[in-house]
Amino acid sequence: MSETIATSDINKDKKPGSFPAEGSFLAEYIPIAKDGLWSNNAVLVQMLGLCPLLAVSNSVINALGLGLATIAVLILSNMSISLIRNIVRPEIRLPVFVIIIASVVTTIELVMHAWFHELYLILGIFIPLIVTNCSIIARAEAFASKNSLGKAAFDGLMMGLGFTLVLVVLGAMREVIGLGTLLSNAHIMFGEGMQWLTVEVIPNYKGFLLAILPPGAFMGLAFLLALKNYITLKKKR
Amino acid sequence: MFVAQSSPFLKPELSVSKMMLVVLLALIPGIITSVWVFGFGVLVNIVLAITFSLLFEAVMLYLRKRPVKVYLRDNSAFLTAVLLALALPPLAPWWLTLVGSFFAIVIAKQLYGGLGYNPFNPAMAAYAILLVSFPAEMTTLWTAPVMLGGHESLSLLQTLNYQLFNQLPEALTLDAVSYATPLDVVRTSVINGLASISEIRSTGHTFGMFGGIGTEWVNLAFLAGGLFLLKKGIIQWYIPVSMLATLGFFSLLFGSFELDSNPSPLFHLFSGATMLGAFFIATDPVTAATTPKGRIIYGAGIGLLIYIIRTWGGYPDAIAFSVLIMNMCVPLLDYYTRPRVYGHNVDEEQP
Repeated sequence: MSETIATSDINKDKKPGSFPAEGSFLAEYIPIAKDGLWSNNAVLVQMLGLCPLLAVSNSVINALGLGLATIAVLILSNMSISLIRNIVRPEIRLPVFVIIIASVVTTIELVMHAWFHELYLILGIFIPLIVTNCSIIARAEAFASKNSLGKAAFDGLMMGLGFTLVLVVLGAMREVIGLGTLLSNAHIMFGEGMQWLTVEVIPNYKGFLLAILPPGAFMGLAFLLALKNYITLKKKR
Repeated sequence: MFVAQSSPFLKPELSVSKMMLVVLLALIPGIITSVWVFGFGVLVNIVLAITFSLLFEAVMLYLRKRPVKVYLRDNSAFLTAVLLALALPPLAPWWLTLVGSFFAIVIAKQLYGGLGYNPFNPAMAAYAILLVSFPAEMTTLWTAPVMLGGHESLSLLQTLNYQLFNQLPEALTLDAVSYATPLDVVRTSVINGLASISEIRSTGHTFGMFGGIGTEWVNLAFLAGGLFLLKKGIIQWYIPVSMLATLGFFSLLFGSFELDSNPSPLFHLFSGATMLGAFFIATDPVTAATTPKGRIIYGAGIGLLIYIIRTWGGYPDAIAFSVLIMNMCVPLLDYYTRPRVYGHNVDEEQP
């Protein structure tokens, strides 16, 4: 976890007038959603969790599998940490967070082993490695340990969704360019009946190996980051 | 008459644009020999690569809001295109050249900031990407050299028809016009223990008079062009000499122990893209080391890597990978081999 943990203060981003009235339900939750999905996106802005992102984004199904597992871990760890936030002394909070996250990841790993065995085999080491995804401990430290249960759970969901979104977009880019298909191996996630989900985007495609190989992941992520920065810059002007 | 002058007082002998043209001129003997040995596919590749590269360059310059005409005239995209085309197999389909030109110009050059800012040699970056992505197309589409008997050669129209529409004349298969390059044969045979060097030599399909069959003459022509560049002062001797000497030294060293699994130094020097790499690719002024000492280390590193990858690596030739790996070392080489500033530290005693 060498990456710096970005702290985000939700209230700082709140502009007067841009959201519904103070204290209302929407005013509390819309900024959290906006933060997680776009303006403080785990990958595109905080640059956290890049290792699993680069390694597993070679197809949409792999990306979706890891993304959903990460969402589950984020929600569960954020909720547990929010629940105990007033009991744990600040001096020992980090080891406690790590233990909680590790147990949640182990649980998720066992669940996938039991019900999504093929996907579990493909994702392999990257499921236990969710524990090293910096965005999880970053959310625990920066958000869950300071906010109520509902907010923490919602933040976990939105941060996870933001991460999954980038993961799936990168996975789709690499799969279409590399293999010419989308959602190949859909059955290992949705069951045998869902094989029709696989789309052959480019028929008779010979394949472009680079996109599937690690360099393709770096290039794809670079283009996504450039696009995000471009949009942000354009909005500012 | 007194005209007030301001610097620069010395005119540079050659502009970037002229320099690139001289390099292109020096490539001509090699290109002619390539066409003679490998057929018209080389020419088709060059024309396609130039078209695609200039197009990408113009589009990228426009998107980056740079003056298109001024930068197009520096001929650097032109040279990159020719170098890439010469590295491609002569029967490369048009889309291979398109993808290669895209990666060379758009990714390896313009996205890094254009000429002068690219850390990697654009032509070689594109070649490496193509080799990794399309290994079959990049290794099996070499036309048999003219001096190798038992193979058909294609006319210009037939070549065009194959490269653009993937159609060979009837009664001809790809096997009848293509051959395994000498480096490929040596690597697969020796690594897999299928045949020894003397057995390969006795077939007469792989070794020519001194280098690899066919490629020896191409290499000789590039050597001639390279010597012309040296004489013109466009390139310095450091990189080619240290690169060729290192490659020769290691092939001599290993070749003298196990004659039957190591081809001679001459074979290493005169097959594949050795001479093209030594004089035209490794000497790229943007991506090579800049200090004399750094250049010698840079060239020696390329030579050593070529020998290592050719002998024990997974690909038959290694110019592109070696040049790219040494490109990465250039900032470090330049840092540690900075020449002493005049008058600095002449005498350690004096303050």
